[in-house]
Amino acid sequence: MAAAPVGMKRFYAILGAVAVIGIGLLGYQLSKPATVSIPANVTVQPSDTAGFHGYVKGSESAPVEITEYADYQCPFCQTFATLQMPTIDERLIKTGRLRWRYRDFPLQQHQFSRIAAHSAACADEQGKFWPQHEHIYEGQSEWAAARDAAGIFRRYAGEVGLDLAKYDACMSAGKYAGRIQASYDEGMRAGVSSTPTLLVGGRLYQGRFDSDAITRLVDSLAPRTSAK
Amino acid sequence: MIYRMGAALMSLVGLFVSTYLYLYKIGRIGTLACGTGGCETVQTSEWSRFGGLEVALIGVVGYAALLVVALVALQPTARRWPANLLTALAAGGVLFSAYLTYLELFVIHAICRWCVGSALIILSILILALLARRDVAESRAS
Repeated sequence: MAAAPVGMKRFYAILGAVAVIGIGLLGYQLSKPATVSIPANVTVQPSDTAGFHGYVKGSESAPVEITEYADYQCPFCQTFATLQMPTIDERLIKTGRLRWRYRDFPLQQHQFSRIAAHSAACADEQGKFWPQHEHIYEGQSEWAAARDAAGIFRRYAGEVGLDLAKYDACMSAGKYAGRIQASYDEGMRAGVSSTPTLLVGGRLYQGRFDSDAITRLVDSLAPRTSAK
Repeated sequence: MIYRMGAALMSLVGLFVSTYLYLYKIGRIGTLACGTGGCETVQTSEWSRFGGLEVALIGVVGYAALLVVALVALQPTARRWPANLLTALAAGGVLFSAYLTYLELFVIHAICRWCVGSALIILSILILALLARRDVAESRAS
């Protein structure tokens, strides 16, 4: 009879050891940084850019088009996106005077820029680029200092109503890494060196802008019909 | 006794495997350690949910239940029902795993190594549970 308790003690010791090892391995997995990484300087394939020239909002017949080269982790881009864009949207884009084209220009010094851009690209795949784009900019202070921003972007994806299984597959595959790199290369060729940079009619505008400056610019390029 | 110990140990291992898959599914682990990439395909497919629940979560609950029942069955004062319940639960788990493996092979056309691992674990638990029942029956007969 004495053998049984000794056997049980040994069994519980083995069970405890397995539990400790299992918890340790899971803890290690949970503490690993950067769950998703989007590579920089990938070789751009023709299929990466086929038919894609940025994320566009506004009327196709708008007389003025502005292309914005921006980086999700850049503070000025964040201020511009959250404070100035709503006014530009209401005053110029929704009234059909301006078409806005957003292009990724992820700066090397920003750890999460490419993941953010990729998260928005995966949202675009489900027709929700702009909601995810806005959510990422609004939450910049939350994720820019995080250990792993990918999990936060995933939460945003859920909040804007994306199918998370498709989103996860898209993110894990790094499906749009080439497209982001192509956008960056195009910006470099156009002479972009900082963010945000606006490209209007072949001219580059760098620095800080507000909605009034953009309105004046649009007014100068395409005067209001009512002013005639 | 040794078979029920084995069943409890395997249940604990299965609990960790399914927890790992569930943590991936809810976005707490970015990528699965999976040689072929089939794990991602399987885990992000529409078949990764069953009856509105994540399959991995069903695994977590199932293995936790198996572990508890196996530990109860190990107690010296245990009656026959924990051993019977262990066998019934393991048999249900094997059937469910067989269905999931069928989906992997013939519907999703991708194999998730962790899922295959889980299927082997639940099969071993069933075998151990059956051996344990035979043991109990023999010891009562003698």
